[in-house]
Amino acid sequence: MNDAVTNEQAPAPAEKESGGQPPEPGKGHSLMRQIVAGDAFAGVLAVVLAVLVGSVMVAATDDTVRETAGYVFARPSDFFSAVWDAVWGAYTALFRGAVYNNLVSDFATQIRPLTETLKFAAPLILAGLGVGLGFRAGLFNIGGRGQMLLAGAAAGYVGINFDLPIAIHLPLAILVGTVVGAFWAAIAGVLKARTGAHEVIVTIMLNYVAYYLLFYALSKEGLLQAPGSANPKSLPMKESAVLPDILGDRFNLHLGFLIALVAVAFAWWLLNRSALGYRIRAVGENPSAARSAGIDVGRTWITVMLIAGALVGLAGVNQVLGTVPDGVTLDLDAGIGFDAITVALLGRSRPLGILAAGLLFGAFKAGGFSMQAAEGIPVDIVLVVQSLIVLFIAAPPLVRAIFRLPAKEAK
Amino acid sequence: MSALTDPTSTGASPAPAATTGEVVTLVSRKTPVVLGVLTVGLALILLLQPESGDTTLRLARETDIFQLPDLTLPTMPTAWALTVVCALLTGESVRRYLAKKRTPMWLVSIFAVAWMTGFLVWAAVGETLPVVGLLAGSLALAVPLVFGALGGVLGERAGVVNIAIDGQLLFGAFAAAVVSSMTGSPWPGLLAAAVAGALVALVLGLFAISYFVDQIIVGVVLNVLVIGITSFMFSQVLAPNAADLNTSARFKVVPIPVLGDIPLIGPILFRQTPVVYLLYIAVAVVTFALYRTRWGLRVRAVGEHPMAADTVGIKVNRTRYRTILIAGAVAGLGGAFYTLVSVPQFNREMTGGAGYIALAAVIFGKWDPIRATLAALLFGFASNLQGVLSVIGSNVPSQFMLMLPYVVTIFAVAGLVGRSRPPAADGVPYRPQ
Repeated sequence: MNDAVTNEQAPAPAEKESGGQPPEPGKGHSLMRQIVAGDAFAGVLAVVLAVLVGSVMVAATDDTVRETAGYVFARPSDFFSAVWDAVWGAYTALFRGAVYNNLVSDFATQIRPLTETLKFAAPLILAGLGVGLGFRAGLFNIGGRGQMLLAGAAAGYVGINFDLPIAIHLPLAILVGTVVGAFWAAIAGVLKARTGAHEVIVTIMLNYVAYYLLFYALSKEGLLQAPGSANPKSLPMKESAVLPDILGDRFNLHLGFLIALVAVAFAWWLLNRSALGYRIRAVGENPSAARSAGIDVGRTWITVMLIAGALVGLAGVNQVLGTVPDGVTLDLDAGIGFDAITVALLGRSRPLGILAAGLLFGAFKAGGFSMQAAEGIPVDIVLVVQSLIVLFIAAPPLVRAIFRLPAKEAK
Repeated sequence: MSALTDPTSTGASPAPAATTGEVVTLVSRKTPVVLGVLTVGLALILLLQPESGDTTLRLARETDIFQLPDLTLPTMPTAWALTVVCALLTGESVRRYLAKKRTPMWLVSIFAVAWMTGFLVWAAVGETLPVVGLLAGSLALAVPLVFGALGGVLGERAGVVNIAIDGQLLFGAFAAAVVSSMTGSPWPGLLAAAVAGALVALVLGLFAISYFVDQIIVGVVLNVLVIGITSFMFSQVLAPNAADLNTSARFKVVPIPVLGDIPLIGPILFRQTPVVYLLYIAVAVVTFALYRTRWGLRVRAVGEHPMAADTVGIKVNRTRYRTILIAGAVAGLGGAFYTLVSVPQFNREMTGGAGYIALAAVIFGKWDPIRATLAALLFGFASNLQGVLSVIGSNVPSQFMLMLPYVVTIFAVAGLVGRSRPPAADGVPYRPQ
């Protein structure tokens, strides 16, 4: 969202980096400005539109609605009230599960959903930052899954097998996990820089390799498998390696969310205020131009993948040490590695945007489960609404056309 | 790039000069290095963990007319012999590198076969390796990948990055299951799969071509959208009415008369379901159409240099729409494999990310239909290894065997393929002036 701002700031580090050449505004500049300038309204309409489509799907598959549709011309009021009940029920359940539960009496339980939202948002924000950082350097990191798996496994190994005071144990576990995530992702960066291997292939392949490595570790005692167990699952974390709850025992929200906030601040500083961030954006805009401006493109790719892997790895660490501390499993990533791509896209690869997108998707996740429990609506509807929001937000002209708004400016 | 947009070649005669759009690269030492590393690796495995015993290769199934006898080989000598073959091929690659010549594709292919055979012979010591079953199964598992990769190649050659392959596969599988359950025959299901794939492609086109939305965004999001829609419909509609809506009629294996009785090759290639035969046709047609027809030349021109194509009167966006609709239909056909061949019902997220593997095959295959097909076959082999290994057992932890194909792919991408160059205008929307 702050692209216009960041481009204005860009020339300052440019003097140092590229021998005084001002950066080209690029094609993206005017387009982005156009999007940023006056599209908030279209953004709201995009959300409305996505929710509307979701409503249609909920209503169309609701039993009562289908029953009453049989005699819709005889008694339309039945039909419409059934539609209303289904849709209203769904969205209020979603809201109660994600933000505020008005059905219970004491305050702590009322706001509990909000803390659940923040809990679900933390790994999405972390992994989203990692993927988004890659996007800014022109790298498409589909390897979130593998990076999360191995980072989580490494943090888990430290968390299970070491006996240390919490002040050392927890930071050590986090650090080890983060470093493993960073190096795993850096493989793709190094291969791209040195041999030109396409990062999309390499990261996809590394997902599989990581999965089988973890599978191996989880089926071998002495590595991660719980002794005397045949399942691919580890022992739970030691107390001293679990991320502490930050709002007390009554809530599940743990330190991971604060880590995510720090990561957002770090990524913002990195991209907008540091020389490295300038190089990253320059490489992302146009690698050839960056190269002729004296930037070592390959090294930038490797650095970006290191940082991205560390951020995505933190998401895996967050799962293992915080959200699910009762043992490392093969599905510790819980699909977050892929969700992160959508989060990064919705956040337009900007740290603050990713924060917002992560919170939104966290709310959907928290609310989706309660909607499924309360109304029997499959949680998958959330995926539909999420993806439609991203699509519509990316295409303001389409939204305008649908709502018959005037085009913004004649071209 | 320049050869492609030669205005005279858009005339009546298909232009054979405008071939694969390959880049002329300098001879790199990566190929000999990678081959060398792999050979040394194999030799190390054999040295560090020698096995005694025999490995039996089963070259026929019980049902075949011509029964080739099982081939029993002494494990270590065979593995060593194949290592020597690998070493010789590496030597040849080095010689060619020194003579400033590129290592040809056939050399790498032979190397791959020899290396893989040597490794499997060693890994399956004391056991019987069902060669025919392994290869036939690999082909079957590669079907959705190959269809998906063809769809990807078509789209990207026209300049539209098709990350939505996974969504096209999944929606194809969904539509095939529903339609064939309702009609009781697999053929309408197959048609529905193609239509469903094209539908996803239409949405992709709407956003990417007409509204200039970033194609990677649209592709990724469409995948999520299709997962959401199909899973939602599955729980809400299909699961409660499984008998009527989710019990698809499957294709049966149809042996091709004479061809199916050829020893070794017959059972692998010509005793398959009609979907596999359709695959052969699809690969041939796509390759021919892309390189030998006027339509294909236009598609490639639009993907390489849309403005030049526009200048000579090719309707860029119309060509792109048409191409990705065909591409979507092809990918959708691949989805039909899941519900019309593999299992007789739809399940949530049943493609398991195969579309992303197909995407990897597209890039691995350098945006060429034949090479992308070969890459997809390799990945099919990888996924089939799993079942075979659990049956025969082996002396390596199975996880490492299963990871091997992916590791080899990374090696291959880093060493053999190198810098892959997408069509020049891939992913760039075209705005007519």
